[in-house]
Amino acid sequence: MSAIIHSDTMKSGKHWSFSVRRNTRLRLTDVEGGANVAMLFYNPQNLTERYNAPDTLKCQHTFRLTTGHCLYSDMGRIFCSIVSDTHGWHDTVCGNSNKVIVARKWGEASYQTHRNDWHQNGFDSFLVELAKYGMKRRDLAANVNWFSKVAVDEAGVIGFDPSAAKPGATVELRFEMDTLILFHTCPHPLDPAPEYPRKTVRFDLFEGPAALEDDACRLSAPENGRGFENNRIFHACSCH
Amino acid sequence: MIKESHLSAESASYRKVVPAGDYWMHVVNKGETFRILDLEGNQAADTLFFNADDPHERYSACDTIREQGNVFITTGTVLMSDLCRPMLTVTADTVGRHDTLGGACATESNTVRYALEKFFMHACRDSFLLAVAENEHYGLDKRDIAHNINFFMNVPVTAQGGLTFADGLSARGKYVEMRAEMNVIVLISNCPQLNNPCNAYNPTPVEVLIWDAGA
Repeated sequence: MSAIIHSDTMKSGKHWSFSVRRNTRLRLTDVEGGANVAMLFYNPQNLTERYNAPDTLKCQHTFRLTTGHCLYSDMGRIFCSIVSDTHGWHDTVCGNSNKVIVARKWGEASYQTHRNDWHQNGFDSFLVELAKYGMKRRDLAANVNWFSKVAVDEAGVIGFDPSAAKPGATVELRFEMDTLILFHTCPHPLDPAPEYPRKTVRFDLFEGPAALEDDACRLSAPENGRGFENNRIFHACSCH
Repeated sequence: MIKESHLSAESASYRKVVPAGDYWMHVVNKGETFRILDLEGNQAADTLFFNADDPHERYSACDTIREQGNVFITTGTVLMSDLCRPMLTVTADTVGRHDTLGGACATESNTVRYALEKFFMHACRDSFLLAVAENEHYGLDKRDIAHNINFFMNVPVTAQGGLTFADGLSARGKYVEMRAEMNVIVLISNCPQLNNPCNAYNPTPVEVLIWDAGA
């Protein structure tokens, strides 16, 4: 395996952001099982280009995200490919927890009383990270919720599946263009856990090889072949 | 859930036919009832809502799906904003379900979905972007063009997590109606899509109608 650029662990309820270069890999590990990692993607050169969940879903005829899928921007380009996934089903429809949801489910726990074990929520976490790049609530798109499975029945009813949690589950992303990543580890808004979840997420950033012509993500759907071609044109033409 | 309206078109205070490929941007005030009528059948009305008193508060598909626990929009659905506040309530629906997962077509996503040479074709996002450019007084731009509702489109999810673009449930004369819970700017792109069998490759007009509060 390539040399690790940076590794760390984060407890639930934290947030961070960083930019990665094309072909950087990000591996997330749900150490104990039951964590949630909410994530958003932006083009650092043009922040109005951002992750688009509807395009990602409809281009690949999928509701869940897993190995072989590509995550699309609103400009028809691929931010990253899911090159491996031992969890199997990640949500990108249910959004974030907010102050009201967290207080209703798990009660209020302020910073004053609980210090850094306060009940931080996902919406506020993203607002803080967005502001670091001059962005606001308007820039908050539908996010990915890694390690959270939400299924849908024939009548359209959604259900969070806690049994999908696996200790040690990993998902690995290969970035197909330079990307600003925003993420937080606040609980999924539909997590039925009786207490505010206290989980550990490990992340590893490392360099890896570029996608080859026979790459599994490129070939997983004809749509993705065209998405990779849009990336090729973008990189051949843009000056950065 | 299918439910017919008691309101007659003759008593509407506003009526307008929106051709395919055009946009319609209009304020519907709190308490007023707003209807979209599928004039010829299976026409997608890609729709966004903004708070007319603070246009940076907007319709949120995520909040709407999560709070009602269902991916379909139909009678009884409360359309929620990104601040998780009620914007409109669906009061009648003769179709049965509407999509809010699939988003709008765009020239860029058309290249991925259909073919790279499909770029130079009209798309909903171009209509949305022209709408915000021609209505600068609202202070909206590309960042505010988020995930919309596709009224009259049927996009079921399978138990295995697949997304299917099924045959439409709508037909000539079917409609969906909603009551505004706040003053809202409605922005519709009447979809010009020529590459998708969902509208039989034939984009057609829709009609919008508004009734006064208490009608």
